Amino acid sequence: MENLLLYLLLGALMFCIGLFGLLQHNSLIGMLIATELILNGAGLNFMAFNMFLSPDPVVGQAFTLFIMGVAAAEAAIALSIIIAVYRRFREIRVDSVSELKG
Amino acid sequence: MNSLSATISPWLLAQAALWFTILITLTGSLLAVIPKNIIHNVMGLALAMFGVSGIYLYLGSQFVAMMQLLIYVGAICVTYIFAIMLSPPLQQELPRRRRAKVLSALVVSGVTFVAMALMVARLQWEPIRTVSRDWSIKTLGQAFLTRYFLVFELISLLLAIAIIGAILIAGMGRERE
Repeated sequence: MENLLLYLLLGALMFCIGLFGLLQHNSLIGMLIATELILNGAGLNFMAFNMFLSPDPVVGQAFTLFIMGVAAAEAAIALSIIIAVYRRFREIRVDSVSELKG
Repeated sequence: MNSLSATISPWLLAQAALWFTILITLTGSLLAVIPKNIIHNVMGLALAMFGVSGIYLYLGSQFVAMMQLLIYVGAICVTYIFAIMLSPPLQQELPRRRRAKVLSALVVSGVTFVAMALMVARLQWEPIRTVSRDWSIKTLGQAFLTRYFLVFELISLLLAIAIIGAILIAGMGRERE
């Protein structure tokens, strides 16, 4: 089970690097890139459980593929939203797009 | 050839390759997050995805590793690079980050990592008895069209809607310019 621990820790580390990037990056597109890291940390966990703990190796692979599909949809939508935000505000820094702030 | 495998044991070589892949993944993740230049971020993301696909090979699935390479490195990173290069705004200069923001982000992610690592290390994982080692793509495809049929269709629908929505949103407001 040593190996399982290694992969789980690697997934957790990727998740936390992604979280760090999401919290500290200045531009919207940088935050989007960090989100991909978070999704990959989750996918890595699924594959590790699939290898070491699952009786049926199909399950984890299927879930990882679903995560990839959702990530692709998310990237397309988020990029188009960022472009629309730039058209409206002439700015993609997070701090300056705050019209809804109370 | 024979003497080579005698001097370097294959197990040691596999272990070294695994740690090299892990190193690539972590370097790529840090590169994707830390530099200020967006292009460097995207390149780091591509490197990290490359490393993750290598780790998927170690986790037994060649198909998922191939898909990781195709979708992330081939599609998502290239989309980012196109979006950055084609639209002037995304390459504009970013100001320096505020130190307080970076420090608080570091604290939050560090605490999250410690909590996750403790949780993972404390649990007693129960090893399984009966394992089917059927990793073939054929089985995967059959599962997709029987057990996961609804999810599969939903993902297809989601992707179609996402593409149409992306075109609509990105095209919105173009007339006003």
